[in-house]
Amino acid sequence: MALAKAINESLRRALESDPKVLIMGEDVGKLGGVFRVTDGLQKDFGEDRVIDTPLAESGIVGTAIGLALRGYRPVVEIQFDGFVFPAYDQIVTQLAKMHARSLGKVKLPVVIRIPYGGGIGAVEHHSESPEALFAHVAGLKVVSPSNAADAYWMMQQAIQSDDPVIYFEPKRRYWDKAEVDAEAIPGPLHAARVVREGTDLTLAAYGPMVKLCQEVADAAAEEGRSLEVVDLRSISPVDFDTVQTSVEKTRRLVVVHEAPVFLGSGAEIAARITERCFYHLEAPVLRVGGYHAPYPPARLEEEYLPDLDRVLDAVDRSLAY
Amino acid sequence: MTESTAARKPRRSAGSKAAGTTGGKAGTTGAKRTRTTRKTGAAAAKGSETELVQLLTPEGERIETAGDSAYAEYAQYVADITPDELRGLYRDMVLTRRFDAEATALQRQGELGLWASLLGQEAAQIGSGRATRDDDYVFPTYREHGVAWCRGVDPTNLLGMFRGVNNGGWDPNSNNFHLYTIVIGSQALHATGYAMGVAKDGADSGVIAYFGDGASSQGDVSEAFNFAAVYNAPVVFFCQNNQWAISESNEKQTRVPLYQRAQGFGFPGVRVDGNDVLASLAVTRWALDRARRGEGPALIEAYTYRMGAHTTSDDPSRYRHDDERAAWEAKDPILRLRRFLESANHADEGFFAELEAESEALGKRVREVVRAMPDPDRFAIFENVYADGHALVDEERARFAAYQASFAEAEGV
Repeated sequence: MALAKAINESLRRALESDPKVLIMGEDVGKLGGVFRVTDGLQKDFGEDRVIDTPLAESGIVGTAIGLALRGYRPVVEIQFDGFVFPAYDQIVTQLAKMHARSLGKVKLPVVIRIPYGGGIGAVEHHSESPEALFAHVAGLKVVSPSNAADAYWMMQQAIQSDDPVIYFEPKRRYWDKAEVDAEAIPGPLHAARVVREGTDLTLAAYGPMVKLCQEVADAAAEEGRSLEVVDLRSISPVDFDTVQTSVEKTRRLVVVHEAPVFLGSGAEIAARITERCFYHLEAPVLRVGGYHAPYPPARLEEEYLPDLDRVLDAVDRSLAY
Repeated sequence: MTESTAARKPRRSAGSKAAGTTGGKAGTTGAKRTRTTRKTGAAAAKGSETELVQLLTPEGERIETAGDSAYAEYAQYVADITPDELRGLYRDMVLTRRFDAEATALQRQGELGLWASLLGQEAAQIGSGRATRDDDYVFPTYREHGVAWCRGVDPTNLLGMFRGVNNGGWDPNSNNFHLYTIVIGSQALHATGYAMGVAKDGADSGVIAYFGDGASSQGDVSEAFNFAAVYNAPVVFFCQNNQWAISESNEKQTRVPLYQRAQGFGFPGVRVDGNDVLASLAVTRWALDRARRGEGPALIEAYTYRMGAHTTSDDPSRYRHDDERAAWEAKDPILRLRRFLESANHADEGFFAELEAESEALGKRVREVVRAMPDPDRFAIFENVYADGHALVDEERARFAAYQASFAEAEGV
């Protein structure tokens, strides 16, 4: 099942099992979303459950907050990463803080789906990775699946969470297929997972970069190097324990994400792992990601995005210490 | 639609701009006007007071509410109001003003970090607040102390955030009164979403969102208007136009009277005399009633005046003249109801004396409670950040605890 289809199936299951679950967003109804992630849901659950909204991101999130206060569990779609900013105020000043402000009396089980990241040749504002901006805000949880099975189960868990969850969907992986076991018992939403065992160096990534890191590990293996790949899955909180365990074994860490490296989530991981694993590390934690520049036009995005060679270069630099 | 143009106030003065008057009666009993002329006389709203729905003049004279009054549509909602209820509204306004004055004084004494006074806006708040039912839900901004009073929120609970011991201070669901919202206009969307939920539930509750004239410039308020209209949400937008958004006058917020905004979104807007508690009550009842009937949102612009500063950090003398305040003092909401109660023999000296004593007692209680408010436990920083917990918060709490414990160890405790 493709990743986009897995999310669709997961939303369908949530709509079926809980009458309080709502889908909201621009074009999510008849069109099924610009990526068809909500395809067919309005047809089967009606316009009251799968709601086409005015083109107003702040309005979408602000009314979702009100619906959550009334006892609903809205899952809202922001059409693309770069369009989330009109809603940023509602997310940061309202959604993230209301539970604390009410001393726990109010719960806001709102999921905000954001297709994010580049690599699909899109125009401006359609390829960004703003996850660090949300992970920095207390009160929000931020996750990103890397494969169809996780996409399915992490969506189930995000909807069931009583906290607001920002659910970043790696749009360039929407069409990647994997087995999805709808009967499985999933692990915790915020647990990282070692997706490939290795002994020489740890690659940590999430969302669209996990697949790349697995390819890097394949390529490195041909050169006789054994890389371990950790799929973080959750960006807030980060499962540092799993990363620490891996780094204590391999003694080297490279963090890979599409977002700009400066003050990105890789910086936090590098700092924390350095603190936790100082005497185990053979090399400084390195980061591979975007530059401190606006996301470039599509013809340049291959230069901007981490690719096989850039990650391998970082691996070489780490191993050279 | 008929309602989208506010009814016009029958004027006693010569030179009234009230368009469409077909034969004003003398005195205070209101201009006779037909529904047709109200429809067609909609033009030329220039923000003058001639557009106000008013049921009680500044001199305390009740404007006729029956039959063909220009305000009949609204006035019917208070037609059978009893002397007891009128005294109740008066009591609400007096006690709210006293509470507000006490809070202002407490700020000056250093007991509160900040206070946003409602002085002058008592009628708009008490009138609208008393129009709500228990099952209605209220989304305030940060100045709705009178509405909170009507909802049964203990006024001392409003002071916690201004004293700095919490960021909220009450359970929103205990009184269906949401937490104060500092970011201007955000709550208009929360109210709209909540109202969408009410409609989905098939309930007949109403929702009311409060905001000020400054908030009308915010995108969220316009988005809320649009969502409410598109989904026919049972929400009443109650804009207290107190003339000043900190130092910026209406002219810097809007080029059209605020109540007229509603028309562009497809629902009715009404301007009411916000210093007239009866009119505020009537118009809000009207708006909530039609929302409950499934007729969708309405906008009420309560035309009023902030007598004090925006907050205690503000200095209105830098941006407005004393004579403006003096002109509004003559329209004081409490004084006008008192005049009416006295002239109609609805209240005697005993009532006013008793209320004065109650007011004193409230002031004393507020002072005592505020001064006795304990600082929160230091670990409250980490409480309720997440409903389901968060590993980073747990880690930081543990580190904080160890750090705090190190002091005890150092002191040999």
